[in-house]
Amino acid sequence: MSSRPELKAPPEIFYDDEEARKYTSSSRIVKIQSELTERALELLALPDDGVPRLLLDIGCGSGLSGETLSENGHEWIGLDISASMLNVALEREVEGDLLLGDMGQGLGLRPGVIDGAISISAVQWLCNADKSSHEPRLRLKAFFGSLYRCLARGARAVFQVYPENLDQRELILRMAMQAGFSGGVVVDFPHSSKKRKEYLVLTCGPSAPVSKAQDEDGGSCSDDDVNEDEENKTVCVSDRHRPRKKQRITKKGKGREWIMKKKEQMRRRGNVVPPDTKYTGRKRKARF
Amino acid sequence: MRLLTHNMLSSNVKGVTNGFPLGIEVEKVVEKQVELSADFLINIFSKIEWKALVDASRAVGYAELPDQADASMLDSDEFLRKFHHALLELHLEEGALLCPETGRRFPVNKGIPNMLLHEDEV
Repeated sequence: MSSRPELKAPPEIFYDDEEARKYTSSSRIVKIQSELTERALELLALPDDGVPRLLLDIGCGSGLSGETLSENGHEWIGLDISASMLNVALEREVEGDLLLGDMGQGLGLRPGVIDGAISISAVQWLCNADKSSHEPRLRLKAFFGSLYRCLARGARAVFQVYPENLDQRELILRMAMQAGFSGGVVVDFPHSSKKRKEYLVLTCGPSAPVSKAQDEDGGSCSDDDVNEDEENKTVCVSDRHRPRKKQRITKKGKGREWIMKKKEQMRRRGNVVPPDTKYTGRKRKARF
Repeated sequence: MRLLTHNMLSSNVKGVTNGFPLGIEVEKVVEKQVELSADFLINIFSKIEWKALVDASRAVGYAELPDQADASMLDSDEFLRKFHHALLELHLEEGALLCPETGRRFPVNKGIPNMLLHEDEV
């Protein structure tokens, strides 16, 4: 298992031109980022009135998540520390405005102007001290403080994160609470190591119910664990159900449509691909 | 960078009490047409600092916005069109943003402002 990018280099160096291009041209990554963004938008719980909102995309990178925001009709401002990633976003002609900046230095936005903030796979980078002058706590404090200020009343922030360990996740949560946020963690697919995704859902103001997390069989996990500290803020962590042994986890598999799409992609790249026949993507016998 | 974003940005330099609005140094402005959404304009109007928007639009060469504006003007299509044009269709491609208190320059290249602070400004 390759090591985490966060341990290899600071983000503005790890995401250089080559890495930025690789990241954005991988169809798998594009698909995943799009799904994560859709889910984050869902958790943002914006009013369902069809009115386009002004959103913030923190760690927008090459604009993969931003494109999903635009597709949903919203205006957005994206912030990223890697000039290479932003250049790829320019090439993709994203509709949102881009800012080259460091979220650990504070967001530099006027109070109460943002209707919602999302961040896909970015906030965990704040926990690393990449320079000797960095103190992760101070950076997290500057980030959450400035974020709290620039969000409108009742607006939410949803961060999809990859914390390295429990301590990191606790640190992020603690600094968010200290800035005045309330909220909790939503974990989708908690049992699958591959599909497991964590979302930090933060609200400005009194706590609202945290959304139900998703599980493999399509149902939702109930929020079992509720911690309440002195200031009456709740941190909900969704329960880990153990899958009953009798329950078969049905694999969705990749159908004919996906196979045809992939073959077309390979042909475009100039690879030799067997011709499409009636046998392409046909269901094989179970023991195959 | 559109004037919508400029209207939200403030200088983050250490010790600055009021970093808004940022001054604009224009080198290259581009106009890009986008579809008008009345819903969005009506929703965002209350968050816009009108004077800053007027000054910014004049700086990039658009002088059609009225000096004062209130919510009742949003009923007029004419006003919506001008508001939309200034807010979303004018792009500052090259130039700089200036902190009103310290004069610190934030360069703008290819439409992206560089808001990275140096170590001593944090």
